[in-house]
Amino acid sequence: MQENDRGGAEFQYHNALREGRFVIQHCDGCGLHVFFPRVVCPHCAGTSLRWVEPSGTGVVYSTTTVRQRAEKGGDYDVSLIDLDEGVRMMSRVEGLPPGEVRIGMRVRARIIEEEGTALVVFVAEEQQ
Amino acid sequence: MSLEELRGKAAIVGVGTAGCGEAHGMTDLEILSQAARAAVEDAGLEMRDVDGLCTANMGAALWPLNVVEQLGIRPRFVEGTNIGGSAFVAHQLQAMLALAAGICDVVLVCYGSTQRTSPFGRKERTEARNVLDPSPYESPYRPFNPPSSYALIAARHMYEYGTTRRHLAEVAVAARQWAQLNPEAFAREPLDIETVLNARMISDPFTKHDCCLVTDGAAAYVMTRADRAKDLRRKPAYVLSNATGVWHRTVSGMQDLTVSPTRESAERAFAAARLTPADVDMAQIYDAFSINTIMALEDMGICPKGEGGPFVEDGAIAPGGRFPVNTNGGGLSCVHPNMYGAFATIEAVRQLRGECGERQVQGTNTVVVNGNGGNSMASQSTSLLATADVL
Repeated sequence: MQENDRGGAEFQYHNALREGRFVIQHCDGCGLHVFFPRVVCPHCAGTSLRWVEPSGTGVVYSTTTVRQRAEKGGDYDVSLIDLDEGVRMMSRVEGLPPGEVRIGMRVRARIIEEEGTALVVFVAEEQQ
Repeated sequence: MSLEELRGKAAIVGVGTAGCGEAHGMTDLEILSQAARAAVEDAGLEMRDVDGLCTANMGAALWPLNVVEQLGIRPRFVEGTNIGGSAFVAHQLQAMLALAAGICDVVLVCYGSTQRTSPFGRKERTEARNVLDPSPYESPYRPFNPPSSYALIAARHMYEYGTTRRHLAEVAVAARQWAQLNPEAFAREPLDIETVLNARMISDPFTKHDCCLVTDGAAAYVMTRADRAKDLRRKPAYVLSNATGVWHRTVSGMQDLTVSPTRESAERAFAAARLTPADVDMAQIYDAFSINTIMALEDMGICPKGEGGPFVEDGAIAPGGRFPVNTNGGGLSCVHPNMYGAFATIEAVRQLRGECGERQVQGTNTVVVNGNGGNSMASQSTSLLATADVL
């Protein structure tokens, strides 16, 4: 996959996000998906990792509301999302109050821009 | 040499603490030095006898060198592994190996931090760490760490096993009741379950009382071979075993949020000590957050998986309860200067010696110590410490 002149896995991941594409890796050696991006597969130590676009759907594995004073922006959600491809990532569920995010909720990814950075967040599927 | 062959070959023979709570105007290294001196003196040894050093810290990259220079020692064995606050439990294996191999004779394990009162405080240290040790797939979502990572663990445990916020509160209240019996503890005002539940939320399901203290404090202990230990001033606390599990770094990388590496470290530690969880008189658990105590009890096999909540109900781990846990008040109510592992170890030693005054649990011969490290139970180290009767 990653040739050195195109940067490493972390560099390429963020580049893709900036171009509006959310990608994860698939290891052709062992057939498992990988996230976060790496250059050596954490399951089989193979190097045949290639970028794939995930379905973008998943389920909330765990969730917390970080409490913050209103003048600093108020409370917000931090969740762990299990993508249907079998990988987990930290993210945030948007579109509903943070206290209403529930474990087991079906969610779908979308890319937003925050403080000049492209970021994957999730919305509840029934809110699509 | 197998882990089992190391059983009881080394002992903790001196302990010391300093600057617990607030150490105004002092530096990390200054209170560490005071604790180190106290530990060496407690053992009836001299600082020049120290020829092995285990230490770590969350700031300086070359910390063992700072300590060597500060104390004026030239150890033949130096160990600076930093896997978080569990390091000061995990150091016991390295010390046991070095002592058994005859590389050195007297190992000093020590830590100190003035994070609470230092002008370069916790906020500044956290910011510096984010630059030096980035977490590119988590920090954009602004988890308030460490609380948020442990909160995610707690939330999943509650979802899978029906653990409640009241169960978590039981842990905080038990810790406080022990702290009220410990003159060295920082937080000693009365605390009840309703107060825990109604306190300011930090990161759901945790209120501030589910989170460890932010204090100053230094801790040091001295280890030597068993044959020498029995001739020293204090009653030795023999190290029957130590094992460590390291599985991930970030909470996103923790495969099952309801099982920590304690499951592995405790299994190996109990096997090498030739003991079962039923054989221990009490536990000293690194309670960074209330969920730590519940999960460590499960993962050590003190109670079955998922039953940690019901296990701690009705003051079961509080003074007078059926299974004493964190008799000094723990990180929740005694002391938590960022890394707590050495303090858990020292409380175990003090209980084994029978010198804990009002909080002494009579007949304590075997204590399990479980260290926690990283922002998400990433490293866990389990030791079994015992009196000579158990050898």
